[in-house]
Amino acid sequence: MRPIAVHTQRIATTVLWTLAGLTIGVLLFIIGFVLVRGLPHITLEFLTAAPRSMGREGGVFPIIVGTICVAGLAILIAGPVGVLTAIYLTEYTRPSRLTAVIRFGADCLAGIPSIIFGLFGFVFFVIRLGMGPSILAGALTLSLMVLPTIIRTSEEAIRAVPLSYRDVSYGLGSTRWQMVMRVVIRSALPGIGTGIILSLGRSISETAAVMLTAGSALNLPRSAYDSVRTLALHFYILSREGISMEKAYATAAVLVLSILGINLLAYWIMRRFIARVT
Amino acid sequence: MDKTSPAPIGPPGQIDDPRPTQPPKISVRGFSASFDGQSVLRNVDLDIYPAQRLAIIGPAGSGKTVLLRSLNRLNDLEPTFSKMGEIVLDGQDIYDQRQDVPSLRRRVGMVYAVPVPLPWSIYDNLVYGLKLAGIRGRRRLNEAVESSLRSVVLWDEVKDRLKEPAMNLSGGQQQRLCLARVLALEPEVLLLDEPCSGLDPISTAKIEEALAELKSKYAIVLVTNNTKQAARASDRTAFFLMGELIECNTTSQIFTSPRHNRTSAYITGHFG
Amino acid sequence: MLVAFSAVSALALITAFIFRAGLPIMMKVGLGDFIFSNEWRPTDASPSFGIFPMIMGSLAVTAGAMVIGVSLGLACAIVLTQFCHPRAVSVLKPAIELLAGIPSVVFGFIGVVILVPLIRQYLGGWGLSVLAASLVLGIMMLPTVTSITVDALQAVPRSYGDGSIALGATKWQTTHMVLLKAAGSGIMAAVILGMGRAIGETMAVIMVIGNWLDVPHSILDPARTLTSNIALEMGYSAGEHRQALFATGVVLFVIIMAVNTAALAFSRHHLRKAGMR
Repeated sequence: MRPIAVHTQRIATTVLWTLAGLTIGVLLFIIGFVLVRGLPHITLEFLTAAPRSMGREGGVFPIIVGTICVAGLAILIAGPVGVLTAIYLTEYTRPSRLTAVIRFGADCLAGIPSIIFGLFGFVFFVIRLGMGPSILAGALTLSLMVLPTIIRTSEEAIRAVPLSYRDVSYGLGSTRWQMVMRVVIRSALPGIGTGIILSLGRSISETAAVMLTAGSALNLPRSAYDSVRTLALHFYILSREGISMEKAYATAAVLVLSILGINLLAYWIMRRFIARVT
Repeated sequence: MDKTSPAPIGPPGQIDDPRPTQPPKISVRGFSASFDGQSVLRNVDLDIYPAQRLAIIGPAGSGKTVLLRSLNRLNDLEPTFSKMGEIVLDGQDIYDQRQDVPSLRRRVGMVYAVPVPLPWSIYDNLVYGLKLAGIRGRRRLNEAVESSLRSVVLWDEVKDRLKEPAMNLSGGQQQRLCLARVLALEPEVLLLDEPCSGLDPISTAKIEEALAELKSKYAIVLVTNNTKQAARASDRTAFFLMGELIECNTTSQIFTSPRHNRTSAYITGHFG
Repeated sequence: MLVAFSAVSALALITAFIFRAGLPIMMKVGLGDFIFSNEWRPTDASPSFGIFPMIMGSLAVTAGAMVIGVSLGLACAIVLTQFCHPRAVSVLKPAIELLAGIPSVVFGFIGVVILVPLIRQYLGGWGLSVLAASLVLGIMMLPTVTSITVDALQAVPRSYGDGSIALGATKWQTTHMVLLKAAGSGIMAAVILGMGRAIGETMAVIMVIGNWLDVPHSILDPARTLTSNIALEMGYSAGEHRQALFATGVVLFVIIMAVNTAALAFSRHHLRKAGMR
């Protein structure tokens, strides 16, 4: 009927599908490449032994521990702070200049590149507060970095809780705090959880900020003031300094697998959340 | 709109006059309410008696729901809300500074137009209010669940699936659950905001049946858009128009010989 | 209440400390010289600090990344929202979002071991180049662009598209004449946020750009970005050198803030237009 329009449509659709296919292809390639090269080198010894001669030999056990410490502590700090901020923004205030300022702060913070967080963590936590390159300094820096994500996702999850639940809860004689904790947070938990898990993934994969604040020690940490090296940084150092390609691939595979696992977990929680809401 | 005569309270009745012998449970005195400076209720005087069903009728925007939500201070949640006058429950002004609002809301329970089961199990919905009040004993909670479900005639339908999500119930069952959830708190006053607006005739009949059963124990206030429901399911009726109480009388009086022609115009369907 | 200001106070602290650490050297060297001089010799006996090559490097890489990231990202978003079976969407969207979770060092590494040799072999030059960095960054910013664009397209009222189809437009005509226009400011916000990610990315860029200290003249030339300058030299810097790296951070910070403020303005505008706020 209108051959030109139909023709254009066909071309456009083809181009679009090709580009989208290309994207998915690249993604699969990246993950596949790392896993194929890395998986064969992951052995029990690799996961449980300490690295020897700068990582050329041995395993990555202290590095896994270091990663868990830094990323876990970052989430332990940023999680409660972020969720409480979101509660404050949604339940305890009306939209005003004040909330606009808080939200603007969170949005700006979200856009700051990690290297700037690294610089800040270095002057503030490492030098000014005298923590030295340590788990604590790295975790605090990372917690600032993921804070906006947690605030934003928690806020969205809380806003998705129907307003009528609040009326019902008040009608049954709850105080505001009881309403927030027992109804709103309980209903928003999967959404909040997803945000926190994604932030955990971001903390694990961050390199630049950690490099400047947590150091790169290869020993098992004994306290929060010890310097550690995270998986992402270890991988960077191994590959960049050409220490051992084999170990680099294996480290990358561990890293990618854990990120994949974390993302799938988040995705699964989200799906359950959506399924329950509708 | 001027008032030609003060709203009659407890007027001389006919033979079937369900005139209360007890003092009013709630007295609304000179109550005005506004949102953001916009007046929505003006100088309302109204008594609500125990063991009676009071229906509140009137066209949309007449202030029915605002009055209802004032009775358990739910309007307080709206920061632009302001009021004048007082609402006295058992001799105490509920807007008094010393009033504990959560416990007031336990005494004056409310059921909303749309059934809102919280996204939990039937059981958890029913015991939520009790848990808020600090009641913990499993025995006590189980008893409350059973008796409240029985009083809304829902026990036999759900007794085997108390742990299932309340969302799985039908609309009518959900609304009866919401009523039971309030009854579990053993309130003294029951507020119902168009509780049947979304329900089919059979579910509506079940709710009305339950209300007739419950009236001996509670003072019931029923806001409804359905004048027929008011005629069927109330003892007294108050007619509101544009934020003012036009007339309050026994239901039979209102529906057979209303004093104001605006009342008769509304109940015969000339406007609204 | 106090907790709620965590984000704002963090932002204020970061701004204060970065500027305090970086501004003195900028003042000493002179703002014009610092930004427009080509000489970066921080460890010489009489050091000079000029970051013009890095600024140009950042701009070149970002521009290249935008070309790739925006075209792929838009294509993905349009396919996902307009031409895709819902079941395919439920697989594709999370897959693309997964890209955002892959550590940047892994992207950089793939760039080094695959992309760089390919460029060296088929296009010539050193391989480590603006082109390689642009490709890697383009792929990296893709999830940001895609997911925000998808949201913007989904916020367009259904009736717009239905109305257009009802007038006899094809799906593609509807998409590019009605939907993309209606979602315009939202897409703009997506593009600018993606740009912010590209400017700010550090590790992946270090690995593939060659970190050369000259202004690049072709996309096959190596270059150095503001971010990689900081990350590369922070480890061994001291004194004025370290201050100069913080000053580099100040410049980066200012650029990013400008970019993000623009993105925020666009997305506010978009939300208001869509009647969502």
